[in-house]
Amino acid sequence: MHSSNLLIFAMKKSLRLATLLIAISFLSFTLISYSPIDPVQAYVGADMMRVGPEQRDKIAEYWGLDKSPLQQFTHWGTAVISGDLGTSMIFRRPVIDVIKEKFLASLALMMIAWILSGILGFTLGVIAGMKEGTWVDRAIKWYCLTLASTPTFWLGLLLLIIFAMGLGWFPIGLGVPAGVLAEHVTMGDRIQHLVLPALTLSILGVANVALHTRQKLIEVLSSEYVLFARARGEKGFVLFWRHGFRNIALPAVTLQFSAFSELFGGAVLAEQVFSYPGLGQTTVQAGLRGDVPLLLGIVIFSALFVFTGNLIADLIYQIVDPRIREGESSL
Amino acid sequence: MSLAAPLKKEKKKLIKPKQIEVQKIMKPVKDIKKLQATIEVQDLSVSFIQYTKGLQQKDLKVISSLNIDIHPGEILAVVGSSGSGKSLLAHAILGILPSNATVTGKITYKGEPLTSKRQEKLRGKEIALVPQSVNYLDPLMRVGKQVRTAVKDGDPIKAQREVFSRYYLKPEVENLFPFQLSGGMARRVLVSTAVVSGAQLIIADEPTPGLDTASVKEALKCFRELADHGAAVMLISHDIETALKIADRIAVFYAGTTVEVAPVEDFKGKGEGLRHPYSKALWGALPQNDFMPIAGFQPLPSALPPGCLFEPRCSMVTPDCSKAQPEARTLRNGMVRCIHAT
Repeated sequence: MHSSNLLIFAMKKSLRLATLLIAISFLSFTLISYSPIDPVQAYVGADMMRVGPEQRDKIAEYWGLDKSPLQQFTHWGTAVISGDLGTSMIFRRPVIDVIKEKFLASLALMMIAWILSGILGFTLGVIAGMKEGTWVDRAIKWYCLTLASTPTFWLGLLLLIIFAMGLGWFPIGLGVPAGVLAEHVTMGDRIQHLVLPALTLSILGVANVALHTRQKLIEVLSSEYVLFARARGEKGFVLFWRHGFRNIALPAVTLQFSAFSELFGGAVLAEQVFSYPGLGQTTVQAGLRGDVPLLLGIVIFSALFVFTGNLIADLIYQIVDPRIREGESSL
Repeated sequence: MSLAAPLKKEKKKLIKPKQIEVQKIMKPVKDIKKLQATIEVQDLSVSFIQYTKGLQQKDLKVISSLNIDIHPGEILAVVGSSGSGKSLLAHAILGILPSNATVTGKITYKGEPLTSKRQEKLRGKEIALVPQSVNYLDPLMRVGKQVRTAVKDGDPIKAQREVFSRYYLKPEVENLFPFQLSGGMARRVLVSTAVVSGAQLIIADEPTPGLDTASVKEALKCFRELADHGAAVMLISHDIETALKIADRIAVFYAGTTVEVAPVEDFKGKGEGLRHPYSKALWGALPQNDFMPIAGFQPLPSALPPGCLFEPRCSMVTPDCSKAQPEARTLRNGMVRCIHAT
């Protein structure tokens, strides 16, 4: 790719990102301002009876809730542009710190699920595609379609019932053992708490990649260049490795990167079921308790996260696919 | 088999010295008929199972009772309009038809039946395909590497570089991807895959369309050279003029069968030397001849006439023509499928 093209590409993407972020924060803000949850009431909680109207007004004034939504939005927006995402109402800490901490916990969970589902899904897809029409193919297809229609929380509960309650192999929830000091938590403890949520997420991620890979491989296998490869005496694994893998790996990796949104969505539900203290669970808390700065911060952050995934997918195509990479240097 | 075996052995003994001689002198072989055929196709039929209404199956016959043979050092051109089943013939010989195809008839390679097991063994080694277009190359693999995968013995890199320089492909071409090749370069790369394999039977499927005159000439030269080195070449084409330039014999294809096989010399003048009315009509339709198209269309595989396949369009038609498909018979150093041919 030429440097001028790269510049145009970068500018286009930045412009798209800017408009996306503005639109998404405006929309989220509007939705929150119409939500029935009163932040003050959510903040005070059960002590509401003991808090007088004057005190409530004071809290509202302190948070700037007495101003019009538009004023609030502009106020928040100017602060965000200067790099300040505000302070979380429920954690009473800067939003950026909360997101950082929670995201790191989620990151381990999401990465494991992402890699596992990618590898497992790709392998299953390849097996099904190579054996198209046989019982193996049908079994994999059936498995994937069943998974694709399984709700995340239900699968999480099922795993909890079997592996945590029934067999007792894994803890029922949380990210670390309860009642243990932070400095006494071992890596083993963390991993043990991570297994079930990660498994839930990866099992569900498999279906998409597997079905997509299967379809793509069948397409490749019926192509003219595979016919010609067969005419040259290639078959079985050699044929797959030389021509199949090469042509389906890129779409699969791209798909996996663009599935960041589903990964994030799945994490929200899985973390809720397992009370895993990640970004997903924090999102739910922020929403239920009307913590507007935190919720908007997470919205912006997750938009960035998904955008990055899509950007990587785009870039991989630009860098890896010779038809795009060397498209202009043909003789 | 037991009866034929001693005969075959004897035949082989007779032939061997000649074959070596042919390969050494690298000159067009005149007495090709005396050599054992590299490939012989007898009564080949290919049909596809098709679902018509719901679960009702229908056998769609795309090639019916086809006969051809090619000898070492010979180029046989298979000529016919598109949709007459030419490519399927190539795929049937290689054994790469889709799984819903049924093949009947006999294919013999070097005197022995070409079973699907043998096809699998010989594909790419003794029988090579030169496909139609650049689409038959893996879009994500550099072409040099693709040619190397076709090399069966010896050093692949050396063989590939040698063949590239022989076909005037610059050394840097090996690092290009198929989409970066020009039409002529792609053609030469495709021919290279067949050349490096050292195959004895080369099936070229429409190797010339879309090429400029110089490239056509160049491509044809490649095939002539291969034949002169002792390979048997089957050149599939819808372009009779190209075929006439290099072929030794022409097989005229119509609606999935060969209606005539004639030496190339018969295609001259007003086509008096030709045997089948379709060949004559095809010859007469050329611009430099009478430029006279024949009325009607080639029948579709789903609606073949019961008798002679050409009967609905034939100018010599008699009631006997619609009774049964004419048997292939030898006539004046050629083959024809017409009851009236003389």
